[in-house]
Amino acid sequence: MTADTASLQRPVHGLLDGLDLIRADFPILSRTLADGHPLVYLDSANTSQKPQVVIDAMVDHLERHNANVARAMHQLGAESTAGFEGGRDKVAAFLNAPSRDEVLFTKNASEAINLVANTLAWARGPLQVGEGDEVLITEMEHHSNIVPWQLLTQRTGATLRWFGLTDDGRLDLSDIDDLITERTKVVSLTWVSNMLGTVNPVAEITRRAHEVGALVLVDAAQAVPQLPVDLASMDDASRPDFLVFTGHKVTGPTGIGVLWGRRAVLEQLPPFLGGGEMIATVAMERSTYAGIPHRFEAGTPPIVEAVGLGAAVDYLAAIGMRNVRAHEEAITGYALDGLASIKGLRVLGPLEAADRGGAISFEIDGLHPHDVSQVLDSRGIAVRAGHHCAKPAHKRFRVQSSTRMSSYLYTTPAEIDALVDGLEHTKKYFKVA
Amino acid sequence: MDLDSLYQEIILDHYKNPHHAGLRDPFEAEVHHVNPTCGDEVTLRVHLSGTGSDAVVSDVSYDAEGCSISQAAASVMTDLVIGKPVGEALAVHESFLTLMQGRGGVEPDEDVLEDAIAFAGVAKFPARVKCALLSWMAWKDATSQVVDRPTAEETP
Repeated sequence: MTADTASLQRPVHGLLDGLDLIRADFPILSRTLADGHPLVYLDSANTSQKPQVVIDAMVDHLERHNANVARAMHQLGAESTAGFEGGRDKVAAFLNAPSRDEVLFTKNASEAINLVANTLAWARGPLQVGEGDEVLITEMEHHSNIVPWQLLTQRTGATLRWFGLTDDGRLDLSDIDDLITERTKVVSLTWVSNMLGTVNPVAEITRRAHEVGALVLVDAAQAVPQLPVDLASMDDASRPDFLVFTGHKVTGPTGIGVLWGRRAVLEQLPPFLGGGEMIATVAMERSTYAGIPHRFEAGTPPIVEAVGLGAAVDYLAAIGMRNVRAHEEAITGYALDGLASIKGLRVLGPLEAADRGGAISFEIDGLHPHDVSQVLDSRGIAVRAGHHCAKPAHKRFRVQSSTRMSSYLYTTPAEIDALVDGLEHTKKYFKVA
Repeated sequence: MDLDSLYQEIILDHYKNPHHAGLRDPFEAEVHHVNPTCGDEVTLRVHLSGTGSDAVVSDVSYDAEGCSISQAAASVMTDLVIGKPVGEALAVHESFLTLMQGRGGVEPDEDVLEDAIAFAGVAKFPARVKCALLSWMAWKDATSQVVDRPTAEETP
Protein backbone atom coordinates (compact mmCIF):
# COMPACT_ATOMS: atom_id res chain seq x y z
CA MET A 1 0.00 0.00 0.00
CA THR A 2 1.59 3.28 -1.05
CA ALA A 3 0.58 6.91 -1.23
CA ASP A 4 0.88 6.72 -5.01
CA THR A 5 -1.80 4.11 -5.53
CA ALA A 6 -4.51 6.45 -4.28
CA SER A 7 -3.21 9.61 -5.87
CA LEU A 8 -3.88 7.92 -9.21
CA GLN A 9 -7.57 8.05 -8.33
CA ARG A 10 -7.71 11.60 -7.07
CA PRO A 11 -4.82 14.00 -6.54
CA VAL A 12 -4.17 14.78 -2.88
CA HIS A 13 -2.13 17.89 -2.16
CA GLY A 14 -0.15 18.52 1.00
CA LEU A 15 0.92 14.96 1.79
CA LEU A 16 4.31 14.50 3.45
CA ASP A 17 7.23 14.02 1.07
CA GLY A 18 8.55 10.49 1.25
CA LEU A 19 5.45 9.12 2.92
CA ASP A 20 6.58 5.57 2.12
CA LEU A 21 9.84 6.24 3.94
CA ILE A 22 8.00 7.67 6.94
CA ARG A 23 5.78 4.59 7.04
CA ALA A 24 8.90 2.43 6.99
CA ASP A 25 9.95 4.15 10.25
CA PHE A 26 6.98 2.49 11.98
CA PRO A 27 7.56 -1.28 12.17
CA ILE A 28 3.97 -2.08 13.16
CA LEU A 29 2.58 -0.61 9.93
CA SER A 30 4.00 -3.53 7.95
CA ARG A 31 2.11 -6.07 10.09
CA THR A 32 -0.54 -8.26 8.59
CA LEU A 33 -3.52 -9.27 10.68
CA ALA A 34 -5.89 -12.25 10.64
CA ASP A 35 -6.59 -13.64 7.15
CA GLY A 36 -3.55 -11.83 5.75
CA HIS A 37 -5.09 -8.37 5.78
CA PRO A 38 -2.53 -5.56 5.97
CA LEU A 39 -3.04 -3.28 8.98
CA VAL A 40 -4.96 -0.09 8.21
CA TYR A 41 -4.49 1.85 11.43
CA LEU A 42 -7.03 4.65 11.74
CA ASP A 43 -7.07 4.98 15.54
CA SER A 44 -4.23 7.42 16.14
CA ALA A 45 -6.33 9.82 18.22
CA ASN A 46 -6.60 6.90 20.64
CA THR A 47 -2.90 6.18 20.56
CA SER A 48 -0.28 6.76 17.90
CA GLN A 49 2.12 4.13 16.61
CA LYS A 50 5.82 4.31 17.49
CA PRO A 51 8.74 4.87 15.13
CA GLN A 52 11.84 2.65 15.36
CA VAL A 53 13.88 5.55 16.73
CA VAL A 54 11.64 5.75 19.83
CA ILE A 55 11.75 1.99 20.36
CA ASP A 56 15.54 1.99 19.94
CA ALA A 57 16.07 4.91 22.33
CA MET A 58 14.11 3.12 25.03
CA VAL A 59 15.82 -0.22 24.46
CA ASP A 60 19.23 1.44 24.46
CA HIS A 61 18.45 3.16 27.76
CA LEU A 62 17.33 -0.09 29.36
CA GLU A 63 20.23 -2.09 27.93
CA ARG A 64 23.05 0.36 28.65
CA HIS A 65 22.08 3.24 30.96
CA ASN A 66 19.47 1.96 33.38
CA ALA A 67 19.70 3.38 36.91
CA ASN A 68 17.53 5.54 39.10
CA VAL A 69 17.78 9.28 38.55
CA ALA A 70 19.08 12.15 40.66
CA ARG A 71 19.99 9.99 43.63
CA ALA A 72 22.42 7.42 42.27
CA MET A 73 25.93 8.85 42.46
CA HIS A 74 27.49 6.34 40.07
CA GLN A 75 28.16 6.62 36.35
CA LEU A 76 24.97 4.88 35.32
CA GLY A 77 23.02 7.17 37.63
CA ALA A 78 24.52 10.18 35.91
CA GLU A 79 23.73 8.75 32.46
CA SER A 80 20.18 7.91 33.41
CA THR A 81 19.65 11.38 34.89
CA ALA A 82 21.06 12.93 31.71
CA GLY A 83 18.66 10.84 29.62
CA PHE A 84 15.65 11.74 31.76
CA GLU A 85 16.42 15.45 32.01
CA GLY A 86 17.37 15.40 28.32
CA GLY A 87 13.80 14.27 27.64
CA ARG A 88 12.59 17.36 29.49
CA ASP A 89 14.88 19.59 27.42
CA LYS A 90 13.55 18.08 24.21
CA VAL A 91 9.91 18.52 25.23
CA ALA A 92 10.64 22.12 26.27
CA ALA A 93 12.25 22.79 22.89
CA PHE A 94 9.35 21.11 21.04
CA LEU A 95 6.83 23.39 22.77
CA ASN A 96 9.26 26.34 22.70
CA ALA A 97 8.55 26.67 26.41
CA PRO A 98 9.89 29.86 28.03
CA SER A 99 11.78 27.68 30.54
CA ARG A 100 12.63 23.98 30.68
CA ASP A 101 11.83 23.97 34.40
CA GLU A 102 8.20 24.67 33.50
CA VAL A 103 7.91 21.19 31.95
CA LEU A 104 6.61 18.65 34.49
CA PHE A 105 6.33 14.94 33.84
CA THR A 106 3.17 13.18 34.99
CA LYS A 107 1.67 9.76 34.35
CA ASN A 108 -0.58 11.03 31.54
CA ALA A 109 -2.64 14.06 30.54
CA SER A 110 -5.39 13.10 33.00
CA GLU A 111 -2.97 13.20 35.91
CA ALA A 112 -1.68 16.56 34.71
CA ILE A 113 -5.21 18.01 34.85
CA ASN A 114 -5.86 16.39 38.23
CA LEU A 115 -2.62 17.89 39.53
CA VAL A 116 -3.82 21.37 38.65
CA ALA A 117 -7.40 20.84 39.87
CA ASN A 118 -6.26 19.42 43.22
CA THR A 119 -3.56 21.95 43.96
CA LEU A 120 -5.97 24.81 43.16
CA ALA A 121 -8.26 23.43 45.88
CA TRP A 122 -5.37 23.15 48.33
CA ALA A 123 -3.80 26.52 47.46
CA ARG A 124 -4.07 29.37 49.97
CA GLY A 125 -4.15 32.93 48.72
CA PRO A 126 -5.22 34.30 45.38
CA LEU A 127 -5.13 31.00 43.46
CA GLN A 128 -7.41 29.12 45.85
CA VAL A 129 -10.69 27.97 44.34
CA GLY A 130 -13.54 28.13 46.83
CA GLU A 131 -17.16 28.99 47.38
CA GLY A 132 -18.49 31.65 45.02
CA ASP A 133 -15.81 30.95 42.43
CA GLU A 134 -16.60 29.51 39.03
CA VAL A 135 -14.76 27.00 36.88
CA LEU A 136 -15.58 27.13 33.17
CA ILE A 137 -15.20 24.19 30.79
CA THR A 138 -16.95 23.19 27.55
CA GLU A 139 -19.44 20.59 26.44
CA MET A 140 -16.92 19.04 24.02
CA GLU A 141 -14.37 18.05 26.64
CA HIS A 142 -12.93 14.58 27.08
CA HIS A 143 -14.09 13.09 30.38
CA SER A 144 -10.63 13.76 31.82
CA ASN A 145 -11.21 17.50 31.41
CA ILE A 146 -14.67 17.28 33.01
CA VAL A 147 -14.47 14.96 36.00
CA PRO A 148 -11.46 16.58 37.76
CA TRP A 149 -13.30 19.93 37.67
CA GLN A 150 -16.53 18.34 38.92
CA LEU A 151 -14.53 16.92 41.83
CA LEU A 152 -12.87 20.28 42.48
CA THR A 153 -16.11 22.28 42.45
CA GLN A 154 -18.02 19.68 44.48
CA ARG A 155 -15.30 19.61 47.11
CA THR A 156 -14.82 23.36 47.38
CA GLY A 157 -18.35 24.69 46.88
CA ALA A 158 -17.35 26.41 43.66
CA THR A 159 -19.66 26.31 40.61
CA LEU A 160 -18.97 24.45 37.37
CA ARG A 161 -20.15 26.13 34.17
CA TRP A 162 -19.59 25.33 30.53
CA PHE A 163 -19.74 26.60 26.97
CA GLY A 164 -22.39 24.83 24.89
CA LEU A 165 -21.90 23.77 21.27
CA THR A 166 -23.36 24.93 17.98
CA ASP A 167 -25.09 22.51 15.63
CA ASP A 168 -21.99 22.34 13.44
CA GLY A 169 -19.83 21.28 16.38
CA ARG A 170 -18.13 24.50 17.40
CA LEU A 171 -18.05 26.26 20.75
CA ASP A 172 -21.08 28.49 21.20
CA LEU A 173 -19.39 31.74 22.21
CA SER A 174 -22.59 33.82 22.07
CA ASP A 175 -22.83 33.90 25.87
CA ILE A 176 -19.12 34.39 26.53
CA ASP A 177 -19.78 37.66 28.42
CA ASP A 178 -22.12 35.82 30.75
CA LEU A 179 -19.73 32.87 31.20
CA ILE A 180 -16.43 34.68 31.69
CA THR A 181 -16.94 37.08 34.59
CA GLU A 182 -15.07 38.32 37.63
CA ARG A 183 -16.27 35.15 39.39
CA THR A 184 -14.42 32.95 36.88
CA LYS A 185 -11.37 31.45 38.52
CA VAL A 186 -10.34 28.81 36.00
CA VAL A 187 -11.11 28.18 32.33
CA SER A 188 -10.16 24.72 31.08
CA LEU A 189 -10.78 23.73 27.49
CA THR A 190 -9.56 21.49 24.75
CA TRP A 191 -7.59 22.90 21.87
CA VAL A 192 -8.69 20.15 19.45
CA SER A 193 -11.74 17.98 20.17
CA ASN A 194 -11.05 14.25 20.26
CA MET A 195 -14.58 13.54 19.02
CA LEU A 196 -15.67 16.43 16.79
CA GLY A 197 -12.21 17.35 15.55
CA THR A 198 -13.01 21.03 16.15
CA VAL A 199 -10.02 23.36 16.56
CA ASN A 200 -11.00 25.88 19.22
CA PRO A 201 -9.95 29.56 19.37
CA VAL A 202 -7.86 29.01 22.51
CA ALA A 203 -5.85 32.23 22.17
CA GLU A 204 -8.97 34.39 22.02
CA ILE A 205 -10.63 32.63 24.95
CA THR A 206 -7.41 32.79 26.96
CA ARG A 207 -7.20 36.54 26.37
CA ARG A 208 -10.77 37.01 27.56
CA ALA A 209 -10.16 34.84 30.63
CA HIS A 210 -7.00 36.74 31.54
CA GLU A 211 -8.93 40.02 31.41
CA VAL A 212 -10.91 38.85 34.44
CA GLY A 213 -7.88 37.34 36.14
CA ALA A 214 -8.78 33.68 35.54
CA LEU A 215 -6.23 30.93 35.01
CA VAL A 216 -6.43 29.00 31.72
CA LEU A 217 -5.61 25.34 31.18
CA VAL A 218 -5.47 24.05 27.61
CA ASP A 219 -5.97 20.32 27.07
CA ALA A 220 -3.64 19.80 24.14
CA ALA A 221 -3.77 15.99 24.07
CA GLN A 222 -5.05 16.09 20.47
CA ALA A 223 -3.36 19.38 19.52
CA VAL A 224 0.30 18.74 20.32
CA PRO A 225 0.38 15.67 18.04
CA GLN A 226 -0.81 17.62 15.01
CA LEU A 227 -0.36 21.38 15.41
CA PRO A 228 2.82 23.42 15.77
CA VAL A 229 2.99 24.77 19.35
CA ASP A 230 5.13 27.81 20.12
CA LEU A 231 4.55 28.97 23.68
CA ALA A 232 7.31 31.56 23.85
CA SER A 233 6.08 33.35 20.73
CA MET A 234 2.52 33.75 22.00
CA ASP A 235 1.84 37.18 23.43
CA ASP A 236 1.59 37.03 27.17
CA ALA A 237 -2.16 37.72 27.35
CA SER A 238 -3.10 34.86 25.03
CA ARG A 239 -0.58 32.32 26.34
CA PRO A 240 -2.37 29.85 28.61
CA ASP A 241 -1.20 29.22 32.16
CA PHE A 242 -1.14 25.45 31.75
CA LEU A 243 -0.94 23.16 28.75
CA VAL A 244 -1.19 19.37 29.05
CA PHE A 245 -0.64 16.49 26.68
CA THR A 246 0.25 12.80 26.77
CA GLY A 247 3.30 11.02 25.42
CA HIS A 248 1.64 8.14 23.65
CA LYS A 249 -0.30 10.28 21.18
CA VAL A 250 2.88 11.99 19.90
CA THR A 251 4.56 8.72 18.80
CA GLY A 252 6.04 8.32 22.30
CA PRO A 253 5.39 5.70 24.97
CA THR A 254 2.49 5.31 27.39
CA GLY A 255 3.06 6.05 31.08
CA ILE A 256 4.19 9.64 30.66
CA GLY A 257 2.30 12.91 30.32
CA VAL A 258 3.37 16.52 30.32
CA LEU A 259 2.16 19.51 32.27
CA TRP A 260 3.64 22.77 31.08
CA GLY A 261 2.84 25.61 33.47
CA ARG A 262 3.92 29.20 33.88
CA ARG A 263 6.71 29.38 36.44
CA ALA A 264 5.00 32.17 38.41
CA VAL A 265 1.86 30.07 38.80
CA LEU A 266 3.54 26.72 39.47
CA GLU A 267 5.66 28.31 42.20
CA GLN A 268 2.52 29.42 44.04
CA LEU A 269 0.90 25.98 43.98
CA PRO A 270 1.27 23.60 46.92
CA PRO A 271 2.70 20.11 46.36
CA PHE A 272 0.47 17.47 44.74
CA LEU A 273 1.86 14.03 45.64
CA GLY A 274 4.35 13.68 48.48
CA GLY A 275 7.38 11.40 48.35
CA GLY A 276 10.99 11.17 47.34
CA GLU A 277 12.47 13.63 44.86
CA MET A 278 9.93 16.38 45.60
CA ILE A 279 11.55 17.49 48.86
CA ALA A 280 14.35 19.80 49.92
CA THR A 281 14.65 18.32 53.40
CA VAL A 282 12.53 16.06 55.57
CA ALA A 283 12.29 16.00 59.35
CA MET A 284 9.79 13.98 61.34
CA GLU A 285 7.81 17.12 62.14
CA ARG A 286 7.72 18.74 58.70
CA SER A 287 9.38 18.94 55.32
CA THR A 288 10.43 21.56 52.86
CA TYR A 289 10.01 21.12 49.16
CA ALA A 290 12.11 21.17 46.05
CA GLY A 291 11.67 23.86 43.42
CA ILE A 292 9.94 23.24 40.10
CA PRO A 293 9.83 20.93 38.22
CA HIS A 294 10.82 18.31 40.83
CA ARG A 295 8.39 19.57 43.47
CA PHE A 296 5.61 17.98 41.42
CA GLU A 297 7.44 14.73 40.57
CA ALA A 298 7.26 12.60 43.71
CA GLY A 299 8.83 9.15 43.59
CA THR A 300 10.85 7.50 40.86
CA PRO A 301 9.64 9.16 37.66
CA PRO A 302 8.90 7.51 34.28
CA ILE A 303 12.56 7.48 33.26
CA VAL A 304 12.71 5.35 30.14
CA GLU A 305 9.39 6.88 29.10
CA ALA A 306 10.97 10.35 29.24
CA VAL A 307 13.83 9.09 27.09
CA GLY A 308 11.31 7.70 24.60
CA LEU A 309 9.21 10.85 24.64
CA GLY A 310 12.31 12.93 23.97
CA ALA A 311 13.11 10.78 20.95
CA ALA A 312 9.50 11.07 19.78
CA VAL A 313 9.30 14.85 19.83
CA ASP A 314 12.72 15.06 18.17
CA TYR A 315 11.38 12.77 15.43
CA LEU A 316 8.31 14.97 14.90
CA ALA A 317 10.43 18.13 14.99
CA ALA A 318 12.74 16.69 12.32
CA ILE A 319 9.76 16.07 10.03
CA GLY A 320 8.41 19.50 10.93
CA MET A 321 5.10 20.12 12.63
CA ARG A 322 3.94 22.43 9.82
CA ASN A 323 4.40 19.51 7.43
CA VAL A 324 2.63 17.15 9.80
CA ARG A 325 -0.28 19.60 10.03
CA ALA A 326 -0.44 19.96 6.22
CA HIS A 327 -0.48 16.17 5.86
CA GLU A 328 -3.27 15.79 8.42
CA GLU A 329 -5.29 18.48 6.67
CA ALA A 330 -4.82 16.77 3.30
CA ILE A 331 -5.79 13.34 4.62
CA THR A 332 -8.72 14.76 6.59
CA GLY A 333 -10.04 16.57 3.52
CA TYR A 334 -9.69 13.41 1.46
CA ALA A 335 -11.46 11.40 4.15
CA LEU A 336 -14.31 13.91 4.49
CA ASP A 337 -14.85 13.66 0.70
CA GLY A 338 -14.77 9.87 0.81
CA LEU A 339 -17.16 9.64 3.76
CA ALA A 340 -19.55 12.09 2.07
CA SER A 341 -19.93 9.56 -0.76
CA ILE A 342 -21.52 7.02 1.60
CA LYS A 343 -25.30 7.20 1.70
CA GLY A 344 -26.75 7.47 5.19
CA LEU A 345 -23.46 8.58 6.78
CA ARG A 346 -23.40 11.73 8.90
CA VAL A 347 -20.18 13.34 10.11
CA LEU A 348 -20.33 14.91 13.59
CA GLY A 349 -18.42 18.18 13.71
CA PRO A 350 -17.09 20.73 11.22
CA LEU A 351 -17.05 19.65 7.59
CA GLU A 352 -14.04 21.71 6.44
CA ALA A 353 -10.62 20.12 6.86
CA ALA A 354 -8.98 23.50 7.53
CA ASP A 355 -11.04 23.95 10.71
CA ARG A 356 -10.50 20.56 12.26
CA GLY A 357 -8.07 17.96 13.45
CA GLY A 358 -7.62 14.45 12.12
CA ALA A 359 -10.31 12.72 14.19
CA ILE A 360 -13.60 12.25 12.31
CA SER A 361 -16.58 10.75 14.15
CA PHE A 362 -19.61 9.65 12.19
CA GLU A 363 -22.78 7.64 12.35
CA ILE A 364 -24.45 5.53 9.67
CA ASP A 365 -28.21 5.00 9.50
CA GLY A 366 -29.19 1.51 10.64
CA LEU A 367 -25.71 0.48 11.80
CA HIS A 368 -24.35 0.47 15.32
CA PRO A 369 -20.71 1.63 15.70
CA HIS A 370 -19.67 -1.66 17.37
CA ASP A 371 -20.88 -3.61 14.42
CA VAL A 372 -19.17 -1.20 12.03
CA SER A 373 -15.85 -1.49 13.82
CA GLN A 374 -16.18 -5.28 14.08
CA VAL A 375 -16.66 -5.71 10.33
CA LEU A 376 -13.88 -3.21 9.57
CA ASP A 377 -11.59 -5.11 11.96
CA SER A 378 -12.23 -8.32 10.05
CA ARG A 379 -10.67 -6.49 7.08
CA GLY A 380 -7.67 -5.25 9.09
CA ILE A 381 -9.04 -1.72 9.56
CA ALA A 382 -8.71 -0.36 13.12
CA VAL A 383 -11.11 2.42 14.15
CA ARG A 384 -12.73 3.31 17.46
CA ALA A 385 -16.39 2.75 18.31
CA GLY A 386 -18.20 4.14 21.34
CA HIS A 387 -18.45 7.50 23.05
CA HIS A 388 -14.70 8.24 22.89
CA CYS A 389 -14.77 9.44 26.51
CA ALA A 390 -16.95 12.35 25.39
CA LYS A 391 -20.43 11.34 26.48
CA PRO A 392 -21.77 14.88 26.99
CA ALA A 393 -20.74 15.87 23.45
CA HIS A 394 -22.48 12.77 22.06
CA LYS A 395 -25.58 13.61 24.07
CA ARG A 396 -25.52 17.15 22.69
CA PHE A 397 -25.89 15.69 19.20
CA ARG A 398 -28.45 13.10 20.37
CA VAL A 399 -26.08 10.29 19.48
CA GLN A 400 -25.42 7.41 21.86
CA SER A 401 -22.12 6.43 20.26
CA SER A 402 -20.22 6.92 17.05
CA THR A 403 -17.52 5.40 14.89
CA ARG A 404 -14.31 7.41 14.76
CA MET A 405 -11.46 7.28 12.27
CA SER A 406 -8.33 9.21 13.12
CA SER A 407 -5.29 9.70 10.94
CA TYR A 408 -1.71 10.70 11.59
CA LEU A 409 1.49 11.50 9.75
CA TYR A 410 1.77 7.93 8.41
CA THR A 411 -1.80 7.70 7.05
CA THR A 412 -2.16 7.30 3.27
CA PRO A 413 -5.05 8.12 0.93
CA ALA A 414 -5.13 4.40 0.06
CA GLU A 415 -5.98 3.66 3.69
CA ILE A 416 -8.89 6.09 3.49
CA ASP A 417 -10.01 4.27 0.33
CA ALA A 418 -9.87 0.99 2.28
CA LEU A 419 -12.04 2.55 4.99
CA VAL A 420 -14.65 3.80 2.50
CA ASP A 421 -14.73 0.38 0.78
CA GLY A 422 -14.98 -1.28 4.19
CA LEU A 423 -17.93 0.89 5.19
CA GLU A 424 -19.78 0.06 1.95
CA HIS A 425 -19.06 -3.61 2.63
CA THR A 426 -20.41 -3.23 6.18
CA LYS A 427 -23.66 -1.79 4.86
CA LYS A 428 -24.02 -4.76 2.51
CA TYR A 429 -23.19 -7.23 5.28
CA PHE A 430 -26.00 -5.87 7.45
CA LYS A 431 -28.27 -5.36 4.43
CA VAL A 432 -28.57 -1.61 5.00
CA ALA A 433 -29.57 0.35 1.91
CA MET B 1 -11.45 -13.91 11.40
CA ASP B 2 -14.79 -15.68 11.05
CA LEU B 3 -17.28 -12.84 11.05
CA ASP B 4 -20.19 -15.14 10.24
CA SER B 5 -19.59 -17.17 13.41
CA LEU B 6 -20.18 -13.94 15.34
CA TYR B 7 -23.07 -12.63 13.31
CA GLN B 8 -25.22 -15.76 13.04
CA GLU B 9 -28.44 -15.39 11.06
CA ILE B 10 -30.44 -15.93 14.27
CA ILE B 11 -28.68 -12.95 15.86
CA LEU B 12 -29.27 -10.71 12.87
CA ASP B 13 -32.94 -11.77 12.76
CA HIS B 14 -33.48 -10.89 16.41
CA TYR B 15 -31.60 -7.61 15.86
CA LYS B 16 -33.90 -6.60 12.98
CA ASN B 17 -37.08 -7.84 14.70
CA PRO B 18 -36.58 -7.82 18.47
CA HIS B 19 -39.08 -9.77 20.58
CA HIS B 20 -40.85 -8.26 23.62
CA ALA B 21 -39.25 -4.83 23.06
CA GLY B 22 -40.66 -1.73 24.74
CA LEU B 23 -41.49 -0.97 28.36
CA ARG B 24 -44.74 -2.37 29.77
CA ASP B 25 -46.86 -2.40 32.92
CA PRO B 26 -47.22 -4.02 35.35
CA PHE B 27 -43.75 -4.52 36.80
CA GLU B 28 -42.25 -4.94 40.25
CA ALA B 29 -38.71 -3.78 39.47
CA GLU B 30 -37.03 -1.59 36.88
CA VAL B 31 -33.26 -1.32 36.40
CA HIS B 32 -30.98 0.67 34.15
CA HIS B 33 -27.67 -0.90 33.16
CA VAL B 34 -24.90 0.59 31.03
CA ASN B 35 -21.75 -0.77 29.53
CA PRO B 36 -19.29 1.96 30.59
CA THR B 37 -16.72 1.13 27.93
CA CYS B 38 -19.04 1.60 24.97
CA GLY B 39 -22.09 3.37 26.35
CA ASP B 40 -24.67 0.72 25.46
CA GLU B 41 -27.70 1.00 27.76
CA VAL B 42 -30.77 -0.94 28.71
CA THR B 43 -33.77 -0.08 30.86
CA LEU B 44 -35.47 -3.30 31.87
CA ARG B 45 -38.62 -4.19 33.82
CA VAL B 46 -39.55 -7.49 35.40
CA HIS B 47 -43.04 -8.67 36.28
CA LEU B 48 -43.29 -11.82 38.43
CA SER B 49 -46.48 -13.59 39.45
CA GLY B 50 -46.72 -15.70 42.55
CA THR B 51 -44.26 -15.60 45.41
CA GLY B 52 -41.43 -17.65 46.81
CA SER B 53 -40.69 -20.86 44.95
CA ASP B 54 -43.92 -20.54 42.93
CA ALA B 55 -42.88 -17.24 41.36
CA VAL B 56 -43.03 -17.20 37.58
CA VAL B 57 -41.53 -14.67 35.16
CA SER B 58 -44.73 -13.22 33.68
CA ASP B 59 -43.13 -10.48 31.63
CA VAL B 60 -39.80 -8.86 30.83
CA SER B 61 -39.95 -5.60 28.94
CA TYR B 62 -37.07 -3.38 27.93
CA ASP B 63 -35.82 -0.33 26.11
CA ALA B 64 -32.31 -1.01 24.83
CA GLU B 65 -29.86 1.02 22.80
CA GLY B 66 -26.84 -0.80 21.53
CA CYS B 67 -25.18 -2.96 18.92
CA SER B 68 -26.66 -5.97 17.14
CA ILE B 69 -25.21 -8.37 19.71
CA SER B 70 -26.64 -6.57 22.74
CA GLN B 71 -30.03 -6.00 21.07
CA ALA B 72 -30.33 -9.59 19.90
CA ALA B 73 -29.26 -10.88 23.32
CA ALA B 74 -32.09 -8.93 24.98
CA SER B 75 -34.61 -10.34 22.52
CA VAL B 76 -33.44 -13.95 22.88
CA MET B 77 -33.28 -13.61 26.67
CA THR B 78 -36.92 -12.53 26.94
CA ASP B 79 -37.98 -15.50 24.78
CA LEU B 80 -36.14 -17.83 27.14
CA VAL B 81 -37.19 -16.53 30.54
CA ILE B 82 -40.77 -15.34 30.06
CA GLY B 83 -43.19 -18.00 31.31
CA LYS B 84 -40.57 -19.92 33.26
CA PRO B 85 -40.48 -20.36 37.03
CA VAL B 86 -37.86 -17.95 38.45
CA GLY B 87 -35.58 -20.78 39.59
CA GLU B 88 -35.56 -22.35 36.13
CA ALA B 89 -34.98 -18.99 34.43
CA LEU B 90 -32.02 -18.32 36.73
CA ALA B 91 -30.58 -21.70 35.72
CA VAL B 92 -30.82 -20.66 32.06
CA HIS B 93 -29.08 -17.42 32.98
CA GLU B 94 -26.29 -19.42 34.62
CA SER B 95 -25.96 -21.61 31.56
CA PHE B 96 -25.71 -18.58 29.24
CA LEU B 97 -23.14 -16.96 31.52
CA THR B 98 -21.02 -20.13 31.43
CA LEU B 99 -21.21 -20.17 27.63
CA MET B 100 -20.20 -16.49 27.35
CA GLN B 101 -17.30 -16.78 29.77
CA GLY B 102 -15.99 -19.98 28.19
CA ARG B 103 -13.77 -18.27 25.55
CA GLY B 104 -15.30 -20.49 22.90
CA GLY B 105 -14.49 -23.74 24.73
CA VAL B 106 -17.99 -24.47 26.07
CA GLU B 107 -20.40 -26.63 24.07
CA PRO B 108 -23.87 -25.06 24.42
CA ASP B 109 -26.88 -27.19 25.37
CA GLU B 110 -29.57 -26.43 22.79
CA ASP B 111 -32.31 -27.91 24.99
CA VAL B 112 -31.59 -25.27 27.63
CA LEU B 113 -30.43 -22.31 25.55
CA GLU B 114 -32.49 -22.69 22.33
CA ASP B 115 -31.81 -19.64 20.08
CA ALA B 116 -29.14 -18.44 22.53
CA ILE B 117 -26.74 -21.13 21.24
CA ALA B 118 -26.18 -18.70 18.36
CA PHE B 119 -24.11 -16.64 20.80
CA ALA B 120 -21.48 -19.39 21.13
CA GLY B 121 -19.42 -17.53 18.51
CA VAL B 122 -19.55 -14.29 20.51
CA ALA B 123 -17.57 -15.95 23.30
CA LYS B 124 -14.55 -15.99 20.96
CA PHE B 125 -14.66 -12.17 20.71
CA PRO B 126 -13.72 -10.95 24.23
CA ALA B 127 -14.65 -7.34 23.41
CA ARG B 128 -18.23 -8.38 22.62
CA VAL B 129 -19.00 -10.66 25.59
CA LYS B 130 -20.16 -7.67 27.64
CA CYS B 131 -22.54 -6.70 24.83
CA ALA B 132 -24.20 -10.13 24.98
CA LEU B 133 -24.42 -10.07 28.78
CA LEU B 134 -25.77 -6.54 29.31
CA SER B 135 -29.49 -7.34 29.31
CA TRP B 136 -29.03 -10.74 30.99
CA MET B 137 -27.28 -9.04 33.91
CA ALA B 138 -29.99 -6.38 34.03
CA TRP B 139 -32.67 -9.09 34.15
CA LYS B 140 -30.91 -10.93 36.97
CA ASP B 141 -30.49 -7.71 38.92
CA ALA B 142 -34.16 -6.74 38.53
CA THR B 143 -35.38 -10.24 39.35
CA SER B 144 -33.21 -10.45 42.48
CA GLN B 145 -34.61 -7.13 43.66
CA VAL B 146 -38.15 -8.53 43.50
CA VAL B 147 -37.31 -11.92 44.98
CA ASP B 148 -35.25 -10.45 47.84
CA ARG B 149 -37.81 -7.76 48.64
CA PRO B 150 -39.60 -8.38 51.93
CA THR B 151 -43.26 -9.24 51.33
CA ALA B 152 -46.07 -7.19 52.87
CA GLU B 153 -46.48 -9.64 55.77
CA GLU B 154 -42.77 -9.60 56.59
CA THR B 155 -42.50 -5.82 56.60
CA PRO B 156 -42.47 -4.61 60.19
